[in-house]
Amino acid sequence: MNLPDRAFVGTGRFSAIVLASILVGVAACVTRIAWPSIVEGGVSFFTGATWSPDHRVYGALALVWGTFVTSVIALALSLPIGLGVAVFLSDLGPASLRRPVSSLVELLAAIPSVVYGLWAALVLAPVLQARLEPGGPPLGLALLCASLVLAIMVLPTIAAVARDVLVAVPADLREGALALGATRWDVVRLVVVPHARRGLYGAILLGFGRAVGETMAVAAVAPGLTMSSVIANEWPIARSESHVSALAEVGLLLFAVTVAFNVAARFLVAPRATA
Amino acid sequence: MTPEVRSAYAGRKLASKVAELGAAVAVGLSFLPLVAIFTYVVRHGAPSIGENWAGMANAILGTIEVVVLASAMAVPLGVAAGLFLAEYARARLARLVRFATDVLAGVPSILVGVAVYAIVVVRMKQLSAFAGACSLAIVMLPLIVRTTDSLSRAVPESLREAALALGAPRWRTALFVVLPTASPGIRTGCMLAVARACGETAPLLFTAYATTLQVQIFTNTATPSPNGHAQAWAAALVLVAIVVLLNLVARRLTRIT
Repeated sequence: MNLPDRAFVGTGRFSAIVLASILVGVAACVTRIAWPSIVEGGVSFFTGATWSPDHRVYGALALVWGTFVTSVIALALSLPIGLGVAVFLSDLGPASLRRPVSSLVELLAAIPSVVYGLWAALVLAPVLQARLEPGGPPLGLALLCASLVLAIMVLPTIAAVARDVLVAVPADLREGALALGATRWDVVRLVVVPHARRGLYGAILLGFGRAVGETMAVAAVAPGLTMSSVIANEWPIARSESHVSALAEVGLLLFAVTVAFNVAARFLVAPRATA
Repeated sequence: MTPEVRSAYAGRKLASKVAELGAAVAVGLSFLPLVAIFTYVVRHGAPSIGENWAGMANAILGTIEVVVLASAMAVPLGVAAGLFLAEYARARLARLVRFATDVLAGVPSILVGVAVYAIVVVRMKQLSAFAGACSLAIVMLPLIVRTTDSLSRAVPESLREAALALGAPRWRTALFVVLPTASPGIRTGCMLAVARACGETAPLLFTAYATTLQVQIFTNTATPSPNGHAQAWAAALVLVAIVVLLNLVARRLTRIT
């Protein structure tokens, strides 16, 4: 190799390594801040349900539960709609509508999450409050509202990934089924979905990962309800060292959960193709 | 067709029609929030945009400053890494870096904020546009690397072989044949990454506090005053306009070429 070639390889390798080390660096930094809390809190961090920075009691169980419940409700709401959109885009919808519908779904994904948060906090929450719980305590509603806005935000992820997975099913299979007299729904039900099953599970996992990590919208509607939102809400106002450290430990937990989901999803969506 | 077969077929045809209708309904439902958000942002934002302009101009400048800085870091690095992955990297390294990129894309952006806080803010002892830009750059990187990598790999092998056959070294092939061929798509990918960075709030919260449009929306949402809310709507209108515009321009770019 001549000199420019070597220099080019050098820069490229450098940037690739920077990229990989950012991931490790993020994990390392969060761990470093979290370390005092890990040492001090020990197991009680995972088993305690009381999160009270004023009393230096940090139990993350309630946050984990909040994250789990909101994400599951969000997924339950957005899954049927997201898969419906995906099937519309891959098989059932008219071809002329696929492109505009795709762009609009992408637009839904492009709206910043603070704007979702603003809308949910100032429009959705009061409406729900007036309809469902006039004058009552707003606790359950915050959870419902957070789940609803998460469902909206997860929808484009599920729809887009599921569409890609469904479109990737070979056309031969579809044509074979159609030639045997299958209707379009039969093709989806008996050929496309079974063939794409792994990828669809991957889409669900990616959606779940997105819901777990989503921060700002939840922070606006239900402050401190989930793992990610508690960091956003409390970090800027955290006074004590131990509070910051405990928040970082929550972040570490969040990191582990989202990485696990994304790695699993990656193996499901692209088992061999991208390797 | 025997009558039984015909009636079975009629049933399946009906089921198919129902399914098509169901898919269309799902599409309709998914547009509901889009329409709702646009209507509210325009209706509440437009009237108050004038009176809040003074406070907002600052925040808009803040957003532009942070995003431009972030792009200056992320775009060269990301394109270089993506091109390297597609052109040079040995299979094992490429697989590792691609994996890291995918995982990084899935890391919640608030954690990027925590990490940048630990490295940059603690060291510099203050919140700064630079720290904010670092965290946005980390959010943008995986998107840029992924598009550059996959689009460069989609460039036909015959083009590379033609350049190499003419005696071009690999670096010239990569820079002057592969990159220009893939560049319309890469440009789109970069603009989408910029649009994404414009909307990212979480990593800015404790790195570049309260100087950008995004953070202003969040802090004003949390205030109980109607004045603050009006300001938040106005800022949201501007932000949504910026993001949607960037998205439209980015997509228009690829469609022409």
